[in-house]
Amino acid sequence: MVPERADSVVAELCRLCERAVADLPAAGAGLSVSAVDKQFGLLAAADPVSERLEELQFVLGEGPCVDAVAAGQPVLVGDIATDGPVRWPAYAPAVLEAGMSATFAFPLQVGAAQLGVMDLFRASPGELSAAELVRAFALADEAIAILLDGGTRIDEEQPIAGPPELFQAQGMVMVQIGGTLAEAMARIRAHAYVHSRRLADIAREIVTRELRFDRDG
Amino acid sequence: MTTVSAERLSKIFVEVADTLVDDFDLLDFLHMLTVRTASLVGASAVGLLLADQRGQLRFMAASDEKARILEIFQVQISEGPCFDAYRTAKPVLNADLREVAERWPSFTRHALDAGFVSVHAFPIRVRREVIGALNVFGSEVGGNFDDADVQIVQALTDVAAIGLLQERAVRRGEVLTEQLQAALNNRVIIEQAKGVLAQHGNLTMHVAFDRLRQYARSHNLRLTDVARQIVETDFAADVLTAPLAPKAAARRR
Repeated sequence: MVPERADSVVAELCRLCERAVADLPAAGAGLSVSAVDKQFGLLAAADPVSERLEELQFVLGEGPCVDAVAAGQPVLVGDIATDGPVRWPAYAPAVLEAGMSATFAFPLQVGAAQLGVMDLFRASPGELSAAELVRAFALADEAIAILLDGGTRIDEEQPIAGPPELFQAQGMVMVQIGGTLAEAMARIRAHAYVHSRRLADIAREIVTRELRFDRDG
Repeated sequence: MTTVSAERLSKIFVEVADTLVDDFDLLDFLHMLTVRTASLVGASAVGLLLADQRGQLRFMAASDEKARILEIFQVQISEGPCFDAYRTAKPVLNADLREVAERWPSFTRHALDAGFVSVHAFPIRVRREVIGALNVFGSEVGGNFDDADVQIVQALTDVAAIGLLQERAVRRGEVLTEQLQAALNNRVIIEQAKGVLAQHGNLTMHVAFDRLRQYARSHNLRLTDVARQIVETDFAADVLTAPLAPKAAARRR
């Protein structure tokens, strides 16, 4: 990622965190991304409290974000006072102390490509409703798109979910470019954008070997 | 159709109970369930879709390649018996594909082309929530499921839901959401691994998946774990150079 791009990614993700707080009944939101070797670090937060709670997880080595990465699935804890202390003996008291009663972590992932985690915090206990979950997952997808597309909002029409061929193509392109799964998807999305084509069509051409990528972007 | 023998049915439930141990692979389990369901009711093929958080159905497992293609096709066009079973929470029974062209025009054409003449679909339910659907394809007209057949397949469909819940006591709705997301993401990892194998070994996706599954089976590993290793390490070469078990090599899915 070139520096100016990285800046715009952070700016976009901060705005996304602020929107999460505004759109959902959340008091805080933070977003951490993976750098090397599955080490995660804070990248964006809606406010200083969220930032501190997000970073504390990496200091303590426990928390919803840590669990979400390890299991590759969301971690939804509607009542930290009840479920937190056993699960996160050090982290839970700190979150409660900061005035948060519920926390929800959403992995930013495409199959085995783990890009980061979006954490939401809520002051009052309670689960997210079905409609709120849908909004939270949509925000998580948006965050994935921002991370993959490097801050240049490529195309909001390009969804993260896709037909199986899209992910097969991702695996093939990873080998073709000798890179990571995330890089492979970024290349596929960029190609679709540059040529104004649908992701599904590009994916099919990759799988049928009409289209291949090389090591140099 | 016919009444299923109690012996075969009990064998399947024993196999299910055997599989549902602490550390089982949900995708393996769902695949096993589609294969067993197909053989049990004498159906040609069985496919299974689960809904993601937005209520969009996604492909999870199928007993063979033809069913897999039809399931994915249903997802792409948002039309077909699985969708109806999912939306209405009611089974679609004994649909003769030569008479339902108005109901599902595109799906019917493709299903007939694939050699199927009948279809059934069963909602996958967890409590009052419908989380997916199971399709049963027949190559004989109507499929002729009687009440006993319907109950058996619905029972097997309920078993799929139990597998998804995984934990012995799922107290909270959140756990279902968490598990479902993990299952959907694991399916993506398998597709990614198929792509890696296909590229490395110049294979079709179908053959790549066979190799992946054979390797997992012969080494007693979980499908998802092998897939993850393939995309995260240099494991593809191991899978591609592993000798094919004679039986597995001879078997066509």
